[in-house]
Amino acid sequence: MNTAMLSRWLLFGEWRAHLVQVTVALIAIAIGVAMAFSIHLINTAAFNEFSAASKSLSGQSDLQVRGRKTFFDEALYPVLARHDGVAVANPVLEFDVAIPGKQQNRNDHKLKIIGIDMFRAMRISPDLLGLVEEGKTLDRLADDAIFLSPAAMEWLQVEQGDSLQLNAGLQAVTLRVAGGLVRARAGQRIAVMDIGSAQWRFQQLGVLSRIELKLRDGVNHAAFKAKLAEELGEAYWVTEAVDQEKRIANMSRAYRINLNMLALVALFTGTFLVFSTQALSVIRRRQQFALLRVLGFTRQQLLRQIMTEGGILGVSGSLLGLALGYAVALLAIQLLGGDLGTNFFPGVKPGIHFDPWDAGIFFAVGLSVTMLGSIIPALEAARAKPALALRSGSEDTAMAKLSPPWFALICLSVAALFTQLPPVFELPIFGYLAIVLLLIGGIALMPRLTAGFFSIVLAKWQRHRSGAVSTLALARLANAPNQAAIALGGILASFSLMVAMAIMVTSFRISIDNWLGRVLPADLYVRAAASGDLQTDAQKAIAGLPGFDRVDFFRTQQLTLDVNRPEITLFARPVDKADARNTLPLTDDMIASEALPENVMPIWVSEAMVDLYGYRVGEKVTLPIGVKSSEFLVAGVWRDYGRQFGAIQMQLADYQALTGDLGVNTVALWLQPGANLDAVTAGLRQLPFGAALEISRSSDMRALSLEIFDRSFAVTYLLELVAVVIGLLGVAASFSAQTLARVKEFGMLRHIGVMRRQILVMLAAEGGLLTALGMVLGFLLGWSISLILVFIVNPQSFHWTMQLHLPWNWLGMIALIMLIAAALTALLAGRRAVSGEVIRAVREDW
Amino acid sequence: MLELMNVNKAYAEGRKVLTGLSYKLEAGEYVAIMGESGVGKSTLLNLIAGLDTPDSGEIMINGVAISSLDDDAATQLRREQFGFIFQAFHVLPHLTVAQNVALPLLLNGVATERVAQMLRDVGLHDRGHHFPRQLSGGELQRVAIARALVHWPKLVLADEPTGNLDPDTAHEILQLMRTEIKANGATGILVTHSHAAAATADRVLNLTKDGLHPAKPGERV
Repeated sequence: MNTAMLSRWLLFGEWRAHLVQVTVALIAIAIGVAMAFSIHLINTAAFNEFSAASKSLSGQSDLQVRGRKTFFDEALYPVLARHDGVAVANPVLEFDVAIPGKQQNRNDHKLKIIGIDMFRAMRISPDLLGLVEEGKTLDRLADDAIFLSPAAMEWLQVEQGDSLQLNAGLQAVTLRVAGGLVRARAGQRIAVMDIGSAQWRFQQLGVLSRIELKLRDGVNHAAFKAKLAEELGEAYWVTEAVDQEKRIANMSRAYRINLNMLALVALFTGTFLVFSTQALSVIRRRQQFALLRVLGFTRQQLLRQIMTEGGILGVSGSLLGLALGYAVALLAIQLLGGDLGTNFFPGVKPGIHFDPWDAGIFFAVGLSVTMLGSIIPALEAARAKPALALRSGSEDTAMAKLSPPWFALICLSVAALFTQLPPVFELPIFGYLAIVLLLIGGIALMPRLTAGFFSIVLAKWQRHRSGAVSTLALARLANAPNQAAIALGGILASFSLMVAMAIMVTSFRISIDNWLGRVLPADLYVRAAASGDLQTDAQKAIAGLPGFDRVDFFRTQQLTLDVNRPEITLFARPVDKADARNTLPLTDDMIASEALPENVMPIWVSEAMVDLYGYRVGEKVTLPIGVKSSEFLVAGVWRDYGRQFGAIQMQLADYQALTGDLGVNTVALWLQPGANLDAVTAGLRQLPFGAALEISRSSDMRALSLEIFDRSFAVTYLLELVAVVIGLLGVAASFSAQTLARVKEFGMLRHIGVMRRQILVMLAAEGGLLTALGMVLGFLLGWSISLILVFIVNPQSFHWTMQLHLPWNWLGMIALIMLIAAALTALLAGRRAVSGEVIRAVREDW
Repeated sequence: MLELMNVNKAYAEGRKVLTGLSYKLEAGEYVAIMGESGVGKSTLLNLIAGLDTPDSGEIMINGVAISSLDDDAATQLRREQFGFIFQAFHVLPHLTVAQNVALPLLLNGVATERVAQMLRDVGLHDRGHHFPRQLSGGELQRVAIARALVHWPKLVLADEPTGNLDPDTAHEILQLMRTEIKANGATGILVTHSHAAAATADRVLNLTKDGLHPAKPGERV
């Protein structure tokens, strides 16, 4: 026997006969791989470009010295320039300025200005040098000259020689666009000026952001770094390029990993589809396989035959998925940008690069899940006793071996255990594993639950009524639970994931909405332009305006507490001394005001500070605020959805006492009852510095925040939709395969007097009842998964907690749509059941 | 009871299978139809059952032309007046034996009390709660006989009902079939290749290209 030829015949024969089922499985694998691959491509491209753009600003320095605060005294520069081992020291001042007229988009209205010493920069960061017109070399030092990257010129709609107006604190600054830059990355919006001019023009006299160091040849970098760090003390950080990369990677790591996880969920749902397609295909051909075994096919040959089918599906689907994923990534970057609208990678215009290694990994993942979906049915078919398998009616018993209850219970128990484990490398690895195990365990338990539930329904139904169609539908669901459960697998996986995501997103959205109400209690918020402060005279002028009931001043600044982590935000503001809860959205973890010891400076830290820096309520911590570091008492923990890398609130009076800095950058204004919002806004604008103020209504800020939230989650809705489509494809594939497998049953029913429409009603009832059960179980499973997402994955990834809220209307609507879609899908898939073929299927015996 | 009037039928590809077939079967008769493979025995059963329509001619069941009925009416007729026994049994694997037998009663919307009686008649009174996978081939065909007769059909069509059974079981089943068809006052048509099976009928008919003819005593088909 030429087994290769036989294998080919069997393969092509099966595919020719069941082209639709094979195509559906292929599409499911392709969609799963495409989603995962496209998100990986987009994330990688955006991250690499963001990282490259950030690195391009620091040039080829060996070390960088930064302050714990955003700016530090420039007196350090000559010290470092003269330091042994330093070849070149390059002082840099880097800050953002607001662009008048672009302020309506709060996330995208700032231009990064880099002040450099042209002579030093030539040796460390030559890309940042300005391109001047011939004969105008001195423009690089001119105090009114600014050099813009191509993206910045395009964004600002200016050309060389044009004037550019920027806001510096409360004043407007007009500069001359002197030219472009030697090199800038696509989409990178930066401007370069002479450092002295930048300090003067933008009121940053005497301060620097960092000093880049090029070491002399032969100097040991690590030893020099350690020695310098010791010399400079705790007020400064000495970092290498690798630290920078780590810091950049940390900024978006949780976001990227969470998105990748969501994409893998789509692939995971696809695995169920492959499994159900293969399992049902094997069930349908059980007698054929038994015949082959009787005729001399060995177990291994049969196993190989089924695995080859799965393998070819996996290879084709994965290849198709890679191509589709690449195309989707290209399109998404064009339409939504590298961060898919979330603003995680601002000012970046990445290009998609095809990396064969990455593609190979995703191809392998796609192929592996397909093979995984094929192996269980293949093993069952190979192990089946031919004599038994030749008899019809043994199909469902055979599939019972696929889902032993102990396996499901072990999965669920391990999932429960995993929910109690801490994060790994600050990622909720065990949380995700718990979700996967919960899904597998839940689905594996389905046959038992389906059989139990429908047996009870059948018994009760027959006690009261006895219709043939209802009996047929219920008896099948009760007595062939394994096949029903296979059909249910896809819908259960996709619906439960959708429920989980919907609950998580709703909980998050409502929590954010409530939080915004707490953190934006005032009617109006006024900020100085990005690089400037409001000094005491300006504060007095604002506080003296009529129409306000209360005026609070805030001072915010960035602090670096760990060189490997992004900066944290410090808020100095008046906090209600009687009860801090009146000012801050505190959790229950707090010290009551009356219990606070005297002579301590309290701070209130965000949840991220607890997770990332280990701050505990009641603990004393040292922070680099003021001339020297000072000690503070952690008096409470507050919920912060705005800054996942950490934030601290302290009394403004404490801050001013420690630093002597009386400037503020935000003012919260409460209107007097009856005061007109437009009139008081006009009053603010009429102040001498009014034009330079950013005035926002809290209602607008709230609406904008929620709009950003919705945009950020747009991609998750898309992934949910994909999971649902894959789930429905699963229902279509399962019902279509079952219809094929049951063709003789329908034929017999037609013979004995069951009408076409009764068969259709029976199929719709089976589909509807099964989906309804799937909805209920999917809801329970999804609710459990949402608990993991809300209480484990989110706190461990983003370091914030939220309250659970269930979107009943939305869930009800989705369940109804799914129910109708599944019943229609079952009907469509079952239309063969009422064709002439079913009669012929029985006639084969005649 | 059943009258075939000049029935003609050709396959889709044009090959004629039944030509000018006419025959009349009285109520309560039990006949066996024999014939070579491909002569059209199965096609004839499909036409009688209203599952297929003749190209020309008429098939009358108790005076009703079956080809004049639409699909629903033909289905209704089968449901009430026909019983089927197949070679491959065709019992539903996910229904118990009793549920399988009860199917025609449920379809006709009548009480299912007779199921127990039928199971007793076919010797399966203690197997009602069993599933088909727990039964032997002979037992499965007994279930099929019970299902074919439980609703007092006027006409029972059986196609090689013993084709999958050993001779002893086959003999038992054929006797049972005859007994039950007669006991229920039904008309029976048995299609078979087996002379032993045909011998259990009242009359044996040969289906040839020329039509249906009574087999002569001792004739081998």
